Amino acid sequence: MAKQIKKQRIKVPEQDPVARIHNFNEVALGYTWDLAVEEASRCLKCPYSYAPCIKGCPVNVNIPGFIQKILERDIKGALEVIHTTNSLPGITGRVCPQEEQCEMNCVMGKLGDKINIGKLERFVADEARKQGIYPDIPQVEKKGKKVAIVGSGPSGLTAAADLAKMGYDVTMYEALHEGGGVLIYGIPEFRLPKEIVRYELKFLKMLGVKIVTNVVIGKTFSLYELLDEYDAVFLGTGAGTPKFLNLPGVNLNGIYSANEFLTRINLMKAYQFPEYDTPITKGKRLAVIGAGNVAMDAARSALRIGYEEVYIVYRRTREYMTAREEEIKHAEEEGVKFMFLVSPIEFIGDENGNVKVLKLIMNELGEPDSSGRRRPVPIPGTEFGLEVDAVVFAIGQKPNKVLYQEVPELKTTKWGTLIVDEKYRTTMRGVFAGGDAVRGEATVVLAMGDGKKAAKAIDEYLNGEPWPEEIKPANFW
Amino acid sequence: MFEILAKKELAPHIKWIRVKAPLVARTAKPGQFIVLRLHERGERIPLTLYKWNKDEGYIELVFQEVGKTTYEMGTYGVGDKIMDIVGPLGKPTEIENYGNAVVVSGGVGAPIGYAVARALKEAGNHLTVIAGFRSKDYVILEDEFGKISDELLITTDDGSYKRKGFTTTVLEEYLNQGNKVDFVFTVGPVIMMKLIAEITRKYEIKTLASLNPIMVDGTGMCGACRVTVGGEIKFACVDGPDFDAHQVDFDELMLRLKQYNREEKLALERYLKGGA
Ligand SMILES: Cc1cc2nc3c(=O)[nH]c(=O)nc-3n(C[C@H](O)[C@H](O)[C@H](O)COP(=O)(O)OP(=O)(O)OC[C@H]3O[C@@H](n4cnc5c(N)ncnc54)[C@H](O)[C@@H]3O)c2cc1C
Ligand SMILES: Cc1cc2nc3c(=O)[nH]c(=O)nc-3n(C[C@H](O)[C@H](O)[C@H](O)COP(=O)(O)OP(=O)(O)OC[C@H]3O[C@@H](n4cnc5c(N)ncnc54)[C@H](O)[C@@H]3O)c2cc1C
Ligand code: FES
Repeated sequence: MAKQIKKQRIKVPEQDPVARIHNFNEVALGYTWDLAVEEASRCLKCPYSYAPCIKGCPVNVNIPGFIQKILERDIKGALEVIHTTNSLPGITGRVCPQEEQCEMNCVMGKLGDKINIGKLERFVADEARKQGIYPDIPQVEKKGKKVAIVGSGPSGLTAAADLAKMGYDVTMYEALHEGGGVLIYGIPEFRLPKEIVRYELKFLKMLGVKIVTNVVIGKTFSLYELLDEYDAVFLGTGAGTPKFLNLPGVNLNGIYSANEFLTRINLMKAYQFPEYDTPITKGKRLAVIGAGNVAMDAARSALRIGYEEVYIVYRRTREYMTAREEEIKHAEEEGVKFMFLVSPIEFIGDENGNVKVLKLIMNELGEPDSSGRRRPVPIPGTEFGLEVDAVVFAIGQKPNKVLYQEVPELKTTKWGTLIVDEKYRTTMRGVFAGGDAVRGEATVVLAMGDGKKAAKAIDEYLNGEPWPEEIKPANFW
Repeated sequence: MFEILAKKELAPHIKWIRVKAPLVARTAKPGQFIVLRLHERGERIPLTLYKWNKDEGYIELVFQEVGKTTYEMGTYGVGDKIMDIVGPLGKPTEIENYGNAVVVSGGVGAPIGYAVARALKEAGNHLTVIAGFRSKDYVILEDEFGKISDELLITTDDGSYKRKGFTTTVLEEYLNQGNKVDFVFTVGPVIMMKLIAEITRKYEIKTLASLNPIMVDGTGMCGACRVTVGGEIKFACVDGPDFDAHQVDFDELMLRLKQYNREEKLALERYLKGGA
């Protein structure tokens, strides 16, 4: 008779909310060896062919496989199991919405709490990094063919790693001064320490990928030039262009896109101004418009740079928020205030052009819209003002079109996303694309999944698979 | 890393540098700019391309020391290296043969004005340059402009060199004299561009203004550089930096440039005291 299985998850130690809002250190502290083994021992070890967790993972990590290695206290073994399909475990272990993916169908859920797969994956990556362990680099025959990757977000990183492992000569171009895409400029340090992203980039270099920063494709080189020099090109340019609402006063000082706010803080380290040169508007009260993960990140960052009162302003109700439950919980613990059923209508500034008042109107929920969510309907006469020192827009992003502006062959949808078929082929021969550039705003692991599948498709193309006459748009959602 | 190959002081607090940046020089066009970061702790700042040489792989920049970053860059000498330079960014200025073209520049707008003026001349325009400076000591690029323009009208605010008065007065006079003008390009202090636009609006002359909002990435990713043009939000780094001057909300741009005045002052004072 097997020993009794523990029904509850082993808790992950976290930084105390009161302390953590004064620093940018990571909130979740992660498992120790003993805690990891204890959590791992709860796994029922479903066979590979059946395990619902593997099926729920967009990159199909062999989850029971690496959990077994944790039980054996074999960190390199665990890392290698993960790395066969996922070269960024330190990142996915932290930022994936596991509750909607691998953990959703965990069989253990029928008996008690589901296995904390995300935190176990993170443990493997962190422990390996601590010990300086990298997976063995496969010795492969060089193919003698060159592939260019545009953009160094998760889709580009994954495509680059897989292609390099297949023996291609891979060069990755990045517009910013540092690689990583949203992982480096968007997601805050307290959720994803930049040291981890840098470690994963280092592994890419070990695989032989050349990373060239400070190059904007479409400006420094054209896409046509890349096609002359490389046998295939992958576009992982993301959905980096922020949206604003064109309301009166929207360009007042102190009104930011989440991208600008987070870039100043994460990439440029404005929280260490004047030690670092980039400033950011400080004050007492800040409002974030929107209720997704990006909004939570902006709100929680605002607390950490010294805002005393931070509001999430959302036009629908709590159950419609798109942020992950864990992020909402962390924001609440830290004292972020939530205002539901309100929409911004105007910004009012002082004589220096600094925003001072955010004018809002109250909503009620009406009929469901095309997304099936009940539409917010403003209630006339309910306008009111909220005094603020800064406002952050976190209402979504669209693809950055710098690259395709001068390439009429690349066709886009009406949302500005690139059209690709089920093999990630764009409407331009030899050019593939994936990640947010194709999906609009999605997730890290979906971008990685795209990068993987695109790498496979590129390999097939470079092995002679003919390019179709016509690209049949694939539907990714 | 991008090495400084040559350096000169053109006027008090105005410096010229030549920097090795072959990838930028390769495709640079008039009106475009770069974003640079001096070092690990540095801010990203935009500077316009003054000249460039594709074959020798260098670019030239002219900058005025106004704050922490530009003061610090002023201390960099030949052989020193700038950590990051990305570009060329922005849309190139629309260069065509308009007929009679006038370039109006103010202060350190001159190097941008120069790049565009030269291209306009090469495209066959009759070229008049109106360049305004604070006083005699601040006059820069006079010889350079002299070589490419059909008419060069230099003016100083205080009258200490050539004539006294603002560029607006000079342009107004030039138009009153019955000179036919088909196109105006203006770059310099926002208030100057605003007033130039008001004059050319009266005369219905097509006018482009090169805008200089605060930027971060310079690639359309953050919206720091947003300006209102014809009632719409535009990102100057990718939709500009040139816009139809008659459509630009210059007052808004002036306020936006003041966004970090307090922090900029703090950073500069700290730097000059030897803080960082
Ligand atoms: C604040 C924030 C928090 C998020 N939190 C989560 C989370 O917790 N979990 C999750 O799964 N997802 C999260 N996401 C979403 C996730 O980050 C994205 O879905 C993912 O990064 C998309 O990856 P990508 O490879 O498509 O491109 P990106 O990560 O967007 O990277 C694109 C890169 O391409 C570069 N680039 C663009 N154009 C060019 C060009 N012309 N030339 C050269 N380089 C170019 C850009 O500079 C950028 O570095 C978050 C997003 C944000 C903004
Ligand atoms: C597209 C573009 C091209 C430019 N080209 C040139 C150029 O060729 N030569 C040059 O000398 N400058 C140019 N500028 C302005 C230059 O970027 C700023 O002077 C620089 O960022 C100041 O940095 P700082 O840290 O030294 O000063 P800060 O401490 O940032 O600022 C000090 C003072 O400069 C003002 N300032 C800050 N940013 C700007 C700005 N973008 N435009 C005007 N004033 C500003 C501030 O209001 C403040 O009063 C350009 C700006 C843009 C957007
Ligand atoms: S500078 Fe960031 S979008 Fe223009």
